[in-house]
Amino acid sequence: MLELLSDYTVRNVALGAAFLGTISGVLGTFAVLRRQSLLGDALSHAALPGICIGFILAGGRSFGATLLGALASGALAALAVLVLTRGSRLKTDAALGITLSVFFAAGVVLLTHIQAGGNASQGGLESFLFGQAAAILRSDLWIMGGVTLGALALVAALWKEFKLVTFDPVFAATLGLPVVALEVALTVMIALAVVVGLQMVGVILMAAMVIAPAAAARQWSRSLGGMVISAALVGIASGVFGAVLSATGRGLATGPLIVLAASTIVLAAIMLAPGRGIVWSFLRQRAQSRQLRGRQVLTTLYRLAASHDDPAYPAEEGTVNSYHGLATRRVLSGLARRGLVRAVVHAPEVTPHWELTPAGLAEARRAIAEFEGDRA
Amino acid sequence: MGTGLLDDPTFAIVATGALVGIAASMLGTFLVLRGNSMLSDAISHSIVFGIVVVWLLTGAQAGPVQIVGAAATGLLTVFLTEALARTQRVKDDAAIGLVFPVLFSIGVILIAIYARNIHIDEHTVLLGEIGFVWLDTVELFGARVPQALLTIGAMAAINVLFVTLLYKELKLSTFDPALAKALGLMPGLLSYALLGLTSATAVAAFDAVGAVLFIAFVIVPPSAAYLLTDRLWLMLVIGSAISVASSVSGYVLALWLDVSIGGMMALMTGAFLVAAFLFGPRYGVFARRAARHERRLANEAQALAVHLFNHEGGPRERQENAVGALGAHLHWDGAKAERVLLRGLDRGLVVRDGELLRLTEKGRAVAREVLEPWHRPAL
Repeated sequence: MLELLSDYTVRNVALGAAFLGTISGVLGTFAVLRRQSLLGDALSHAALPGICIGFILAGGRSFGATLLGALASGALAALAVLVLTRGSRLKTDAALGITLSVFFAAGVVLLTHIQAGGNASQGGLESFLFGQAAAILRSDLWIMGGVTLGALALVAALWKEFKLVTFDPVFAATLGLPVVALEVALTVMIALAVVVGLQMVGVILMAAMVIAPAAAARQWSRSLGGMVISAALVGIASGVFGAVLSATGRGLATGPLIVLAASTIVLAAIMLAPGRGIVWSFLRQRAQSRQLRGRQVLTTLYRLAASHDDPAYPAEEGTVNSYHGLATRRVLSGLARRGLVRAVVHAPEVTPHWELTPAGLAEARRAIAEFEGDRA
Repeated sequence: MGTGLLDDPTFAIVATGALVGIAASMLGTFLVLRGNSMLSDAISHSIVFGIVVVWLLTGAQAGPVQIVGAAATGLLTVFLTEALARTQRVKDDAAIGLVFPVLFSIGVILIAIYARNIHIDEHTVLLGEIGFVWLDTVELFGARVPQALLTIGAMAAINVLFVTLLYKELKLSTFDPALAKALGLMPGLLSYALLGLTSATAVAAFDAVGAVLFIAFVIVPPSAAYLLTDRLWLMLVIGSAISVASSVSGYVLALWLDVSIGGMMALMTGAFLVAAFLFGPRYGVFARRAARHERRLANEAQALAVHLFNHEGGPRERQENAVGALGAHLHWDGAKAERVLLRGLDRGLVVRDGELLRLTEKGRAVAREVLEPWHRPAL
């Protein structure tokens, strides 16, 4: 591992992935909370024409020009979505789909235009579709790092404002905050994240980098600050994992590997997040329904006893079954283990019988009192 | 025509594009109306996974097996998305954006590992190559027909048939799913059928336009049509017409500029959408601006008429209904008061009597319409 990290390319790639993870995790958090997850998808597809125009204007593969182009067309796409939803009766989903596909089509047209020109360095452009981390240069890293730092600084400076706009835009407006400007800032910054991710995961899969780290972090975070930090960490972890694997492996594209790593973390978080995970809530539900059934059976035994004026009335298991419409053997055994009932023989019958213990009697009274109390 | 026409690359390419558009518009119309457009994005990305898996299992690169496999993948995508959203751990939109990248990524990795040198490379998957559809032909009734044209033609026929036969059911389940369910029309099943057909169409259109451009054909023409009409059947017709027009004009432009034909066709759907957005007769930007202007003029005329009517014959008529008083009493600045007054004179709502303004019968009718709506003649 140490040997791997001392490799020049691998170190570059890991650093780039860390930048990407940080910025997409932080900004993705806001996007996901504001229910704008798919905006990242639209903006990243929409970056393609900008990349091509940057390429044409710079006369070759220049990372700076590419980034500026991608940022410009991403911002334009965000504006297009806004204009379509505000200015017509199209809904958000249609506006996103239109922007995504038409901008991408424009990108494809420009891409073929560049290829028709026979430019020798066009190969660099294809890598923006799926990402090719190994092609990252040291100079690219400076730009990626600068963009990331800039975005982080802006988030830190406007932390309170962004938080309010995310959770309660109406309240933010009544406080006199420039809500529209803040929302535009958050949206344009997603375009920034896309720009950083171009080299790493490519335009197609950038959507997942905006959504996945934030979705995973949401599972165990209780505060915005915690969520932003966890999302950045998840982003860094999956970014570095995927990028290093791609740089050392058999030339697999980086994007898919990073996305699979991040998605695995999401799945694990949804299943196992403390308190919120599906596995825990399944176990909790099972324990609860078991407890409820136990109480119901206990109450039945109590009522049978009460109606026979005999606290130690031996109730036949079959009778109890027919009260509940199911086999109660396991429930009764469970109650017996807790010392609330005990199996007895009621001669001359040979079928199993159960009676309440004094502890069971008290427990049943308590359950019934609680139930009556709830009803009152 | 017959053989000669089918041999012509131009015809084959334009017809393929048009059929992709028609097949996609049929389904896209309902996706757009249901607010499910982005599912087509998810489906068209994730069928890459289905195509590779079917290829690995059966060796089939196209044909019915691939189409069925893709339909299954599309349904898997929708199912997984819904299952993820149902856990309530993530929101609906995030669920879409989590599922399809995973399937797409697995597909791309499988291609990279197993399918380096066959024709499903990442590039084709994304962009398609409609310019080559006429190269791959099959024999049909003695004529050589492009394979892609045949597949997408069949798919378009199936989609048109689906929409025609189940028109009533689709319409009801789109606009009132609760009623559709109450009537036993199984809107859930219908929705899955719709999305299954979307995936099948996506794979049929794959060679021609690729995964991402297919989304343009599904969403954009129906959206443009939605801005032009309120009738469902008309939306289907207009959407198809826009698709055909896009593929013809896209082909011509692509040839002229020497760029990707599929990309240009998709871009043209966008051009038609922008045109509909701006110039639509009822919902277009200009039409709405004109309507708003018209409404403002009508409001001003009404305000003038009501003001004069209220003071007509009253003790202060001479002061209130004077030309010079309008600005102060209606809170209009001088220029606006003059503009409204001139228009009122033009339209014959008021006449001047020296400094005094008198309502005509027509002007009185305008005021009454506001003040005494119960006297309005029954419609």
